[in-house]
Amino acid sequence: MPVINAYMPALLMLALATGFALFTVVASRLIGPYRPTREKNMPYECGIEPVGSANDRFSVKFYLVAMLFIIFDIEAVFLYPWAVAFRELRLFGLIEMLVFVALLLVGYIYVWKKGALEWD
Amino acid sequence: MPHLQFPALSVPLVLFWVFAVVACLMGLLVIVLANPVSSALALVMTLCAVAGLFLTLGAQFIAAVQVIVYAGAIMVLFLFVIMLLQLRGEPGGLRGVLFGPKVLAGALGVALITQMGSLVATAAWPAGAADPAAFDSPLNTQMIGKLLYSRYLLPFEVVSVLLLVALLGSVVLAKRKF
Repeated sequence: MPVINAYMPALLMLALATGFALFTVVASRLIGPYRPTREKNMPYECGIEPVGSANDRFSVKFYLVAMLFIIFDIEAVFLYPWAVAFRELRLFGLIEMLVFVALLLVGYIYVWKKGALEWD
Repeated sequence: MPHLQFPALSVPLVLFWVFAVVACLMGLLVIVLANPVSSALALVMTLCAVAGLFLTLGAQFIAAVQVIVYAGAIMVLFLFVIMLLQLRGEPGGLRGVLFGPKVLAGALGVALITQMGSLVATAAWPAGAADPAAFDSPLNTQMIGKLLYSRYLLPFEVVSVLLLVALLGSVVLAKRKF
């Protein structure tokens, strides 16, 4: 039996969510009145006046956050097939994964000690 | 002529067409949209549709990796680069994108299509050797796990060293004060 059949509830959910999102956007545009003014189109109707563009240059500090996210994301990806095959791999698999995680833990401690996680 | 027969309309086939059309449309939007952030979000949709294509082949793990790594992590980096470089979009909008550097883009496009076309026409397609249906099993991820953590043990452990190097490298590059 194809694996995709097990995903039918998820795909149905996807179709329903997409349909609902499209329906609300289209229906509110068709049924509701549309009279935009300068004030209405501002990010905040009350409060301080917005200054400059939101599309501004970002600090390189975000690069570090993005990079750390990618690295630990990839580490997590390797845990998926390991967790599924864990029973067959037995103790060998556990030690193997401990070595893998320990090496990345060294990097994590380095990042921590260097203060790269601080927002200075 | 068995290869000219139309396959019976099945659920995976319908889903293939849905995901393929979404992937192509969103891929088109990536290059047509004027705002680079919109392009990046269209690329997220393309990658998710490709994950759906993997799922129709029964490759659950690859589909999950596609979403986690590409639609998640890589797109974060893309968006960061867009914001770091302060890209504000094409000044000419849609018209500027489509009718800007006509000659060069046209020549490169023709070259790419000719190359890919000749490759598709002449390449030998190994049939049967890697029939996706053979791997269309709920145990697919488990098979990958067993192979990766036994026969490919060393490459797997080397990956952790590679990730460690990337970790140290990004800290050295991006950290201003040590």
